Amino acid sequence: MSSMSDQPTTAVDLARNVRDGVAKAVDIVDGYLARIDERDDEINAFNLVLADQARERAAEIDEMVSLGRDPGPLAGVPVGLKDNLCTRGIPTTCSSKILADWKPPYDATVVTRLRDAGAIFVGKTNLDEFAMGSSTENSAFGPTKNPLDTTRVPGGSSGGSAAAVAANFAAVSFGSDTGGSIRQPAALCGVVGVKPTYGAVSRLGLIAFGSSLDQVGPFAHTVRDAAVALETISGHDPGDSTSIQQGPLDLSPTLDLGVAGLRVGRITDLPKGASPDVEERLEAAFDALREAGAEIVDVEMPAFNYGLTAYYLIAPAEASSNLARFDGVRFGMRTPAPDTNSMYTATRTDGFGTEVKRRIMLGTYALSAGYYDAYYGRAQKVRRLIANDFAAAYAKADVLLTPASPTVAFKLGDKASDPLAMYLCDTYTIPSNLTGDPGMSVPFGIGEHGLPVGVQILAPALKDDVMFRAAATLERHMQNHQDQNVSGS
Amino acid sequence: MGVGGDSLRRVPDVPKISAADVSKVATLARLCLTDDELTTATAELSAMLDHFADIDALDLDGVEPMMQPTPLANVMREDVEGETLDRDEVLGQAPLVEDGRFRVPPILGIQE
Amino acid sequence: MSITYVNDDGYYPSNEEHPRWEHEGYELVVGLEVHVELATRTKLFSSAPNRFGDEPNTNIDPVTLGLPGALPVLNRQAVELAIRLGLALNCTVQKSTFARKNYFYPDMPKAYQISQYDEPINIDGWLDLPDGFRVGVERGHLEEDTGKSTHVGGAGGRIHGSDYSLIDFNRAGVPLVEIVSRPDIRHPEQAKAYVTELRGILVAVGASDAKMEEGSMRVDANVSVRKPGADFNTRCEIKNVNSVRSLGRAIEYEARRQVLLHEAGEPVTQQTRHWDENDGRTHTLRSKEDADDYRYFLEPDLVVVDPGIEWIEAVRAALPVLPSARRAGLAAITGLAANSEAIMVVTDRGHDSFVVDVAKHGGDASITLKHLQQLPEAAGVPAEDVAKLTTMEASGGLTATQAKQVLADMVDAGGGDAEAIATDKGFEAMGNTELESMVDAAIAAQPDAWEKFCAGEGKAMGALVGAIMKASKGQADGKAVTALLNAKKS
Ligand SMILES: [Mg+2]
Ligand SMILES: [Zn+2]
Repeated sequence: MSSMSDQPTTAVDLARNVRDGVAKAVDIVDGYLARIDERDDEINAFNLVLADQARERAAEIDEMVSLGRDPGPLAGVPVGLKDNLCTRGIPTTCSSKILADWKPPYDATVVTRLRDAGAIFVGKTNLDEFAMGSSTENSAFGPTKNPLDTTRVPGGSSGGSAAAVAANFAAVSFGSDTGGSIRQPAALCGVVGVKPTYGAVSRLGLIAFGSSLDQVGPFAHTVRDAAVALETISGHDPGDSTSIQQGPLDLSPTLDLGVAGLRVGRITDLPKGASPDVEERLEAAFDALREAGAEIVDVEMPAFNYGLTAYYLIAPAEASSNLARFDGVRFGMRTPAPDTNSMYTATRTDGFGTEVKRRIMLGTYALSAGYYDAYYGRAQKVRRLIANDFAAAYAKADVLLTPASPTVAFKLGDKASDPLAMYLCDTYTIPSNLTGDPGMSVPFGIGEHGLPVGVQILAPALKDDVMFRAAATLERHMQNHQDQNVSGS
Repeated sequence: MGVGGDSLRRVPDVPKISAADVSKVATLARLCLTDDELTTATAELSAMLDHFADIDALDLDGVEPMMQPTPLANVMREDVEGETLDRDEVLGQAPLVEDGRFRVPPILGIQE
Repeated sequence: MSITYVNDDGYYPSNEEHPRWEHEGYELVVGLEVHVELATRTKLFSSAPNRFGDEPNTNIDPVTLGLPGALPVLNRQAVELAIRLGLALNCTVQKSTFARKNYFYPDMPKAYQISQYDEPINIDGWLDLPDGFRVGVERGHLEEDTGKSTHVGGAGGRIHGSDYSLIDFNRAGVPLVEIVSRPDIRHPEQAKAYVTELRGILVAVGASDAKMEEGSMRVDANVSVRKPGADFNTRCEIKNVNSVRSLGRAIEYEARRQVLLHEAGEPVTQQTRHWDENDGRTHTLRSKEDADDYRYFLEPDLVVVDPGIEWIEAVRAALPVLPSARRAGLAAITGLAANSEAIMVVTDRGHDSFVVDVAKHGGDASITLKHLQQLPEAAGVPAEDVAKLTTMEASGGLTATQAKQVLADMVDAGGGDAEAIATDKGFEAMGNTELESMVDAAIAAQPDAWEKFCAGEGKAMGALVGAIMKASKGQADGKAVTALLNAKKS
């Protein structure tokens, strides 16, 4: 297994080696597939391993190199795709029974861009069914385990993608983040995870959960790998009406600029409840940035607290509508019944798992006649208050720092029976989904049980580059102070 | 509201949602609940709605709802034909087809 | 239903004078919802073709089928056509948004319809019927069409009792505008006139081919009855009306049914009812008591549409002359009433411009109109040729019958010189002297008939006219003969 001391090769190095002819993509892919073969039975990061396709594609990449053609910036980089990203002719299940056999007739824009960049898809990664969860336990295909401690969860919902990078099954992987589903598992698995600005990455072909909240983003071992991965998938897509009308994000060139003069916000009224080790690592992160020349400023965000409520009324409402199309008529599973209406009910009752049904019902209720104003309507107003808080905070600070997750990775089954306890995992990540601002988690040392702690960096919309500068600074600090970065608790 | 704490398992004394409401919602969402599931779902949803009552105290008069994070307007495409899907590929993914079309059991209700 | 009535400020200038349907002391209240398919190349939210009559499930893409991960992108041309028809209906064109209307039905792929809900693109317009009656237009909003179900087994393709259904999604996602009238209509004939006029406008502005028989224009009627001046009563919505004629019949039937119920003291329940052309009745489709909860909310996958003054004014400037103005134009040059049948028919066919053209070439407009009404193909003949023909006819150089024959020749030949054709056919100009001598001869030959005719027996005229026509080998002008006979009588 790849322990923490094994330094995995970065995607940037892999691609350079392949492009320079120093390494063969087929050999790289074989190495990754061998690790998957060896250990994924235990981890269950993948719903589907694409061994044959990956080898074939790797051979093509090598051929391009030998012919002197440009194989792309991610040439030969083994990539994991969350199984809610449509891949043409390749099963895309959302870890749900209802889609168990579905092969989409088209590729997500993200998938097309990655393939064009020379990336090699090694598999479709596990998730909480329809991305609803924070532990990847709500999967029709069994839970994913945290590669750092297999008695613990990898976080969720993109737990498969986070685990795939942590276990070095893939150099880079992609997930979706609706309320923290990239940042929280990144924190729990000790990798970098980014939710970009809403609209920076196309949602076309991402199977929707909460349409006004969903964003696709990368997991990587390093901040630079994450930057390159995000550069590759970002940029305007005319197929997504909410796609920002500008070119790809420009991140890598700014990574070394440091944070001197940058104002880093500390939210004084941040919801309490993060465990002491997490609090301690957050303090260490403030110190590290101050040490690197940043100014720490206090900001107040009274509405931050209400993010969870707003989110759990808005996201299920959108989900209840987005998931209505799973009706057994045009694709996916069908449970036969004597008439169409009972066929819908039978199919959906059999096909969806408990958490998905719970959220569909909550969302349906929040939108239903007589309750819209009290729930959905009010939640959207609270969302405005949160956005106002962020706007005020960003007038004083360039970035904000919070925990990515209240705790390190918890035990499998710990929160499985208490949905609300599970929802609270996303307390710190949810607000920036509501506002559409970017956020990312960077590993920043070790907490309880020797498990990694992630620090979340938040930035205003389209200031993803500033966020990455802070992340790169924290990462450099970690490399320079290996020994000191363990929580004392 | 803090993070964590077992008060979250508490079911409110006055239920925030009745079993009849949950049953109606399930019907709207085309989900079938057993009696036990209905009881559990009612308790869970009630606990959640109670937890979400933290925003009840907020004065939201005059606050403009924020339905989307995007500032975009007038995103339109030109009226030009694009690629269509291969019918056989699509029908091959459907549960039941006949004569180039999707087959469903008898439709009892009428929609407009 | 709450209705804002604007009678008081003169919004409906002349509605009071118009005929109202009345039965047992009840009056009729009708509002119409008309769905029209827009004449775009592609669908409202995707680039799949908008084409009628193709092989099932060929005009499909991920958006059309509502596949997971698919996203809508709005068709600019659909918006433009919606603005065009909104302006033609005197609407205010405004900033608009799309919402999701959630309901499960097999022909609705996503289980929600994307439709404009609380912010439609067109609001507050009106449509004037040819007789001047004004019907308010509440809104004209954009939305997507559904697929089509075919019901197999059971009684003759009907949904009830069928064994199963087959769905074709070619029509799914086709752009629609739903035009909702205010409940201003008070007579079945007005409902028919509204739909006919609306259709004319839609075709004129190029928004839709508006064919009821092909379903590109679909009309639902909300019908209630009340004692004049009383509050609105419960209404029923009638669907499946496939022609203008059926619309009148369905409304009439439904209104009488409701009057009977009211008179019997039985409640009218809010229902959707289905018009059955075969038995001439409306039937319960479903009751609105179990009203659906559509859970409308703003469509997060789309953004606001704010056409802005420049676009709106550009569309307005490019609007063609509408049928009402064209009819008024014909009325002015022919002296007929704007809602006379000839003007209605010729304008509806789009041949009014031809009449204007003939008049410009010095021809006689009302004669041209009359010929066109009977022989639409004449609109293909060069206007100057028709101008010459009508001039000859007007001056008595040709009888109406002769002119008709000359015109028919022109249609066959794609034009020609009226005088040359007339000469060719041996249509000598028949002078009044020649005609008068024929009249005198006929009177002399039938003194009995003449006596009766002078005594006021109209029937006697037939024998005299018949003899004169025979003598002239059909070349005499009927009107001239009648005039001469009457002149001689006094
Ligand atoms: Mg309607
Ligand atoms: Zn409609």
